[in-house]
Amino acid sequence: MSGRLGPQPGEEIDRQAPLAFTWNGDEHRGFAGDTIASALTAAGVSVFSRSFKYHRPRGLLAATFHDPGCTVQVGDEPNVRGAHRQLAEGMVVQPQNAWPSLHRDVKAANQLAGRFLGAGFYYKTFIKPQRLWPAYQRVLSRFAAGGRVTDQPAEDRFDQRYAHVDVCVAGGGPAGMAAAIAAAGAGARVLLVEEEYRLGGHLRFGSETELSTLADLHRAVAGLENLEVVTNGVVAGRYDDNWLSVVERQRGPVFERLVKVRARTVVVAPGLIERPYVFDGNDEPGVLLSTAVRRLVKLWAVRPGERAVVLTANDEGDAAVDDLRRAGVDVVRVVDARSGGDVVQAEGGGRGEHRRVRRVTLGSGERIECDLFVTAVGWTAPTTLLNLAGDRPAFSAVANRFLPGGLAHPSVLATGGLAGDGSLDALIEHGQASGREAARRAGSGAATAIPALPVVAHPPLFRSRTHGMVDFSEDVSSKDIVAAAAEGYDSIELVKRFTTATMGPAQGKLETVNLVAVLAEANGKTIEETGTTVWRPPYAPITLGALAGRGFEPVRYSPMQPWHEAHGASPLVAGDWIRPDHYGDPDAEVRNVRSNVGIIDVTPLGKLDLRGPDVAQLLNLLYVNLWSKLAIGGVRYGVMCAEDGVVLDDGVTGRLGPEHYVMTTTSSGAGTVWEWILNWLQTEHPEWRVHVTPVTTAFASMNLAGPASRELLARLVADVDLAPESFKYMQVRQGTVAGVAGCFMWRIGFTGELSYELHVPAAYGLHVWEACLEAGANLGIRAFGVEAQRIMRLEKGHFIVGQDTDGLTQAFAVGLGSLVKLEKQDFAGRPELVWQQERGDYQRLVGLQPVDPRCVPAEGCQIIERVDGYTQIVGRITSSRMSPTLDRSICLGFVAPHLSHPDAVVRVRLPDGTDVSARVMEQHAHFDPDGARLRG
Amino acid sequence: MLLVPCPWCGPRGSAEFRFVGDASSRPDASAPKPDEWRAYLYAQANEADWTTETWYHRAGCRRYFKVERHRVSNEVRSAP
Repeated sequence: MSGRLGPQPGEEIDRQAPLAFTWNGDEHRGFAGDTIASALTAAGVSVFSRSFKYHRPRGLLAATFHDPGCTVQVGDEPNVRGAHRQLAEGMVVQPQNAWPSLHRDVKAANQLAGRFLGAGFYYKTFIKPQRLWPAYQRVLSRFAAGGRVTDQPAEDRFDQRYAHVDVCVAGGGPAGMAAAIAAAGAGARVLLVEEEYRLGGHLRFGSETELSTLADLHRAVAGLENLEVVTNGVVAGRYDDNWLSVVERQRGPVFERLVKVRARTVVVAPGLIERPYVFDGNDEPGVLLSTAVRRLVKLWAVRPGERAVVLTANDEGDAAVDDLRRAGVDVVRVVDARSGGDVVQAEGGGRGEHRRVRRVTLGSGERIECDLFVTAVGWTAPTTLLNLAGDRPAFSAVANRFLPGGLAHPSVLATGGLAGDGSLDALIEHGQASGREAARRAGSGAATAIPALPVVAHPPLFRSRTHGMVDFSEDVSSKDIVAAAAEGYDSIELVKRFTTATMGPAQGKLETVNLVAVLAEANGKTIEETGTTVWRPPYAPITLGALAGRGFEPVRYSPMQPWHEAHGASPLVAGDWIRPDHYGDPDAEVRNVRSNVGIIDVTPLGKLDLRGPDVAQLLNLLYVNLWSKLAIGGVRYGVMCAEDGVVLDDGVTGRLGPEHYVMTTTSSGAGTVWEWILNWLQTEHPEWRVHVTPVTTAFASMNLAGPASRELLARLVADVDLAPESFKYMQVRQGTVAGVAGCFMWRIGFTGELSYELHVPAAYGLHVWEACLEAGANLGIRAFGVEAQRIMRLEKGHFIVGQDTDGLTQAFAVGLGSLVKLEKQDFAGRPELVWQQERGDYQRLVGLQPVDPRCVPAEGCQIIERVDGYTQIVGRITSSRMSPTLDRSICLGFVAPHLSHPDAVVRVRLPDGTDVSARVMEQHAHFDPDGARLRG
Repeated sequence: MLLVPCPWCGPRGSAEFRFVGDASSRPDASAPKPDEWRAYLYAQANEADWTTETWYHRAGCRRYFKVERHRVSNEVRSAP
C-alpha cells in the first residue's frame, strides 16, 4: 500500500523533526511540514470522513484547503481542513460525521435508501404535520454533518489589525509573486497573501527547472522591505474602494487574525483549481486529482498507491504520470482523453478506513484492476474577488473554463492562470506587468492595457456517460441535478438552492463548472447560455473569533469611582458609563433622601456649553417650549423632539450670562443632542452665531437631595446666598464649593426633594464629593445610586426618555400639552405636533396604581380590554416599582384616550397570564404632586 | 467599506461617518403641508442615478457636508 518515499527534490517535510499524533485513537507518526492528510496517507489510511448525506466513505481528492473529504476534528476544534492543516506534536485527530465509528457507520444505511434521498427530500418529507417538527429536529440533528463544538470558553486568542497598502496581491503562485515583486520594485507598499503555508503555487511540486525559478522568486521576495507576505491566509472578500478582509491563520499564540486592508489596487492571482470528473464512483477513496497526486509525491514524499490508472487531458495529468513512475508506482494504463479515452466507473472495496478503489471500467468497457485512479480533466477559475469587483466571468468554449469578463473595477487586475494560459515565463511576465501596472494605478497613474495571456484549447470534459458526484461536500450527484431540472428548477440559481450544490464547505471551488455543465446538458443548452452562480465572500471560512477580534470596548468612569468601589457600589452599565446602581439597599437610600439628605453621582449627565448672541433662537428651535424670556440665573425644563415629533431628549438649560447658557441632556442622549445641534447650526442656520462645546466630562456632577441639602451646602459654600428667597427653585448660580472655584449650583429636583446639583471641575470631583459626605455626616448623609433615583422620580411621576417613551412617542402623548408652544413659528417637529394635537387619538402617559398595593406589574406588561369578544391591547406599563415612601406599588404607563381619565380602572396582563386591575391616577406624581417639598 | 471624500479631512473610511440621508431641503415648518412634510421625513428617491447626500464626520472634523453618490456603482464624489 502507500508509504513514505525517499527524499524528493523540493519536498517540504523535515525528516529530522518527527511528530507523534493520534488518529481515531491509533498512534501515528509524521514529519514537520506534513498535513494531517499527508501523514495519514503515508500511514496507509485512505478513508478520512463520511459524506454529508449518504455517509459514503471519503478520502483525499484535491489535497488542498478545499478538499471536501478531509474535514476532521482536532482536539476540541471541529471542521478542520485536514488536507491543509499542518501536523503538530501530540495532535489528537478524530473523524467527523461518522457514528458510532468510521468503520461501522450506522447512518451509511442512507446509502441503501439513497434513491429516496434525492434533492429536496428533506424539504418535501418533513414539512407535515407541523406538530412533529420538534421530533424531526431531534432526529435529524443527529444526522447533521460537522464536528463537535465544545461548551467550554475558547482558549484560543483572536486579533484584528489594519493595513493600508498600495497594492494587495491575492495569491502567491509564480504570477502573484512576480506581481508583488514588480509592484514593490516600483516603490509600492505591497501585501502578498497566500492560502498555503508556502509561496510558490504549482511550482512547489514542479520540475527541477520550476523549483529553481521558485528559488529565484523567493530570493527576490525576501529582499524587498516594502513587501509583506502573509502565508496560511486568505483574501476573504473585497468590498467598496478595495476594502479587503484578509485572514491570517495560526500566527503563534493567535489562532486567527483578521486584517482589514485598504489597498489602492488589487492583483487577483489565485491560480486555477483542478476540477473533478463526474462518473460512477468518482468519490471512492483512491480516486484523486492529478495535482493531489503530484503534491503527495513531491511535497510530502508520499506514495499515493501501487497500481495506478490515469485519465489525462492536459499537461498536468501527463506530469502526474511521470511523477508516479518516478515514485515507483506502477502506472498500468494512461487513458488519454485528448484522443477519446474515457472512464465510466470506479469500484471500491475493503473495509473501514482502508476502503479504496479496486477497479475502473473504461469507456470501451475494459476493466482494469488498480488502487489509484487519477483524473486530469480541466480547471475551475476561482473568480470570487473579480466578481466582488463587478466582473461577470465569461465561459470560454476554447479553454472550457471561465475567464475574466473584463468588467472588474480598474483598480482590480487579474493575472496568472485565472487570466489565461501560457508558459511559466509568460505567466511570470504577465504577473510582472500586472504588478507594475498596479503600482502605477495606485500612484494615480493613468491605466494602460497589459498584453493579454493566450488562451489554450482544452477538451470539454465534465461528465462521463454515467452519473457521479458533482458536489462532494453536499452529496449532490449529477442525477440529482438532472432530476431538479426535470422538476422545473432549470435556472442555475434555482437548481443551486434546491439541490444545495455549491452551498457546502467547498463553496463551489471544485464543483461549480460541473454543476453548470450538467444543468446545461439537462436543459439542452450551452454552458454560456446557462451562466454561472455568483461567488460571494468569504472566499474561505473565517472563524467567528476572528470576526469578533479582541474586545476593545471603551468604558467611562466618573472621578468619584474610587469612592464608589471602596463603598460597595453595585455597578450598572449605562451606555459607555459604569455607574453605581446602589450601595446595598436602594429602599433605605430612598428613605434617607426623603428624611435627611443623600448624594448621587450624576456625572454622566450630558452638559453642553452654549455661547453667542443667537443661543436663545437656537433653544427656541430645539425645544418645544419658549426660551426668549429666560432671565440670567434662571433655569428651565425643556423637551426636544425630532422632526417627526417624537420625543428626542429632555433636560434643563440655565442662563449664566447675556450670551452664555449651559444645557443638560439625558446621560444617554448627550452625544445625540450634540450632533443634533451641530446639524442645525451647520446645515439650516449657518448664519447663527452660536458656539457649542460639550463639557460632559469637564465637570463632575453630583446631586444633593433631601430636606437637609440646603444646610449641608451652606457648610461648603460661602460666596453664594443660599437663602430660599434669593436662590429659588429653578435657578442656577456659580460659586466656590469646598474651596473649589468655578462650580455651578443648580437648584432643581428630579427626586422631588429640595436639591442642588453641583457641577464641579472634574479634577476636583472626588474632593468635593468627599467634602460633602464629611460635612453632612451629622445630617445623616448617605450616598444613593441610580436605582434609588429611579424609584424617587417614579414617585414624582417624571418620565424618562427611552424608558417611558419609545420611537413613536410624540410630545403630546407624555402629557406635555401645556409645554408645547405651537404658536412658535418654527421648532423641530412642530408640524407633526400640530397634527398630533388635531388628531387627539394618541395613547396618553398616566400614573397608575395597582389595586393590590403589593403587586408590581413588570415593565412592559400590556394593558388589555375586551372589545366585542376580542382581547385588545389598549396600553402598556412603562415603569413600575414598589414605593418605599408610599409602601405600595406605583407605575407609569400608556393608556388609550378613553381610559386616560382619573379613576378609570384598567386590566394589566402579567407575564404569567393572569390579569390584575390598576387605577388611573389624576396626576403622574404619586407623591407630593404640588411640589411643596422641592420648592421649600 | 466606502471611502467618503470629507472636504476637510480627505478620503476616509465610511465607518468614521454617520450617513444622514438625502440632502433634501426642509419645508417651511410654520405652514406645513402633510404630503410635503412627510416626503421630507420619509420618502427617499431611489433612482439608478447620482444622488446628493448629507454625511457627518463624527469620528473626525464633526462637519456635516454633502457628497454625490451613484446608486448603482456606489461611486462617491465631492458635491460641487
